[in-house]
Amino acid sequence: MSTLVRAQDSPPTLDDRIQDALGPVADAITSVVFFSVSIGGVQVALIVVWLIAAALFFTLYLGFLNVRGFKHALDLVRGRYADPNDAGEVSHFQALATAVSGTVGLGNIAGVAVAIAIGGPGATFWMMTAGFLGMSSKLAECTLGVKFRNEHADGTVSGGPMYYLRKGLAAQGRPRLGRVLAVLFAIFCIGGALGGGNMFQANQATQQIINVTGGDASPLADFRWLIGLLFAVAVGVVIIGGIKSIARVTEKLVPLMAAIYLSACLVVILVNIDQVPGAFGAIVRGAFAPDAALGGVLGVLIVGFQRAAFSNEAGIGSASIAHSAVRTKQPATEGHVALLEPFIDTIVICTMTALTIVISGAWDDPDAPEIEGVSLTSRAFESVLPWFPTVLAVAVVLFAFSTMISWSYYGMKATSYLFGDNPAAEHGFKIIFCIFVVIGAALALKPVIGISDAMIFLMSLPNVLGLYLLARVLKREITQYRAKLHSGEIVRTK
Amino acid sequence: MPHDVIVGVDGSDATRRAVLAACEMVKDGEGRTLLLVHVVPWSPFSFPTPEENERRHAQRQHEIQMAQEHLLDPLAQLVAEQGLHADTLVRHGDRADVLNEVVEQEGARMVVVGRTGDSGLRERIFGSLTSHLVHTATVPVVVVP
Repeated sequence: MSTLVRAQDSPPTLDDRIQDALGPVADAITSVVFFSVSIGGVQVALIVVWLIAAALFFTLYLGFLNVRGFKHALDLVRGRYADPNDAGEVSHFQALATAVSGTVGLGNIAGVAVAIAIGGPGATFWMMTAGFLGMSSKLAECTLGVKFRNEHADGTVSGGPMYYLRKGLAAQGRPRLGRVLAVLFAIFCIGGALGGGNMFQANQATQQIINVTGGDASPLADFRWLIGLLFAVAVGVVIIGGIKSIARVTEKLVPLMAAIYLSACLVVILVNIDQVPGAFGAIVRGAFAPDAALGGVLGVLIVGFQRAAFSNEAGIGSASIAHSAVRTKQPATEGHVALLEPFIDTIVICTMTALTIVISGAWDDPDAPEIEGVSLTSRAFESVLPWFPTVLAVAVVLFAFSTMISWSYYGMKATSYLFGDNPAAEHGFKIIFCIFVVIGAALALKPVIGISDAMIFLMSLPNVLGLYLLARVLKREITQYRAKLHSGEIVRTK
Repeated sequence: MPHDVIVGVDGSDATRRAVLAACEMVKDGEGRTLLLVHVVPWSPFSFPTPEENERRHAQRQHEIQMAQEHLLDPLAQLVAEQGLHADTLVRHGDRADVLNEVVEQEGARMVVVGRTGDSGLRERIFGSLTSHLVHTATVPVVVVP
């Protein structure tokens, strides 16, 4: 975009140069990953179908365990089944909190705005549907993540798709396939860490900083790379410098910011309470009978599903890495807990954002298609709480930062899976990660979304294939656990 | 083996006095037994980073080992010097909650703690271990100054 608005005679800024150099690369990657077929005149990206099919499959295959297991999941998180002798180990709550803070990021704030701007209010309905189904894929990948994790001699643990692909498939007599899929996953995971876990976050956090300092007239508008550089330094201090205290403080501030964010959503919704039925009406109507310009039902559905998958990462495999750290004798317990993650992320937080945007009418403004992502969310809040965009900027920066830290960890685990404990490789990854923060901040939104989506969705190729192949192992694991639960062999401790 | 008297211990000076006071009480009765309990403050509801989670198991082992070597073993030695025997236990959690749980598990008759130890501000906001324990205990609590 910056190339379009740039005056012919003004010299290109650094931001423009980065944009010009990497924009075409982004387009190339996007067109490969999002290879689309035309169904009924709508371009349907096969990779999105791949993810939704998996979520639907596991929802049916496990007999709607995302509904049946919901209450048990809450009990587990509240520690009602915790063994007192395991006090001091990673609790279910902690594993969930860590995974959620990696998932809740700009996808929930900016991603929803992107969906509504492209697909209208109806996209929200399909986001919620995708979130509901995604609970099942999350359950599957996190159960397997714990079951096949590595416990090292020094007491640390490593888990996630790399390990269940390799060990799980080896146990089925497919060691070569397992190794190949695991390596592919690790490579794509590094890409995902640099894309959605980094560039998209840096991009939208930078955008909101510019929004609150005057928009296009902001003195910072031509210095996006500089904001990116500051982010990169902050990230670098934590992941390269090892200053863990910053990460720890962020981890504690994120839940607070999430509470503030949700409260602000509630304020906007309550102030306009009379419009809530109309908003729900628009969401449902838009889902099944959208304006033809939005690409019909299928077009809206695809937009909603795509943004939901990007936001809650179900089927992507990333959260499985974080959930694997829990201490439990029963892998299925962490699977149950993990199903809460898409619920919190997509059904609660994304829906609140969507209602705020729909109710405020910001998405219907004539210039809505031009203002993108977080700017649209910011405008929706501004209509009721004029001071809120500044608070939003703080929240967005913190969400972005914590998501970047989490994804740098996922990327690190993938790197160490590929290269072993090789300090050179680890440092290389960390430095590249910081460079991508600057690139993400400087680029326009569209190429960043393209690359981010592409990299994150690629992870789902080996991961979901592995989930299908391990489906029976998974079902056996869950069935024996639920049987013990019902027979009273596993009892509540509190 | 169940224990009659539970002593909640930490690194403070008052702990030493509490242990000695508990020895006096046990001496008077036949066959009474002592259990020294150290609670490492911990909550299952905190927000850790992924790297903290990854190392948590090893970290916990380390915390238990340090408490055993530097706190409980010397205190058990102190009890031995009085011609008595004490068992020891390290647990993670909320201090008052864990002491109450141990009292219940052991069927103990009383719990002894030193009057410690939190700084003024913290104590004003959260209350002290002692006052929590006094308010929630199901057996007599002896507080040693």
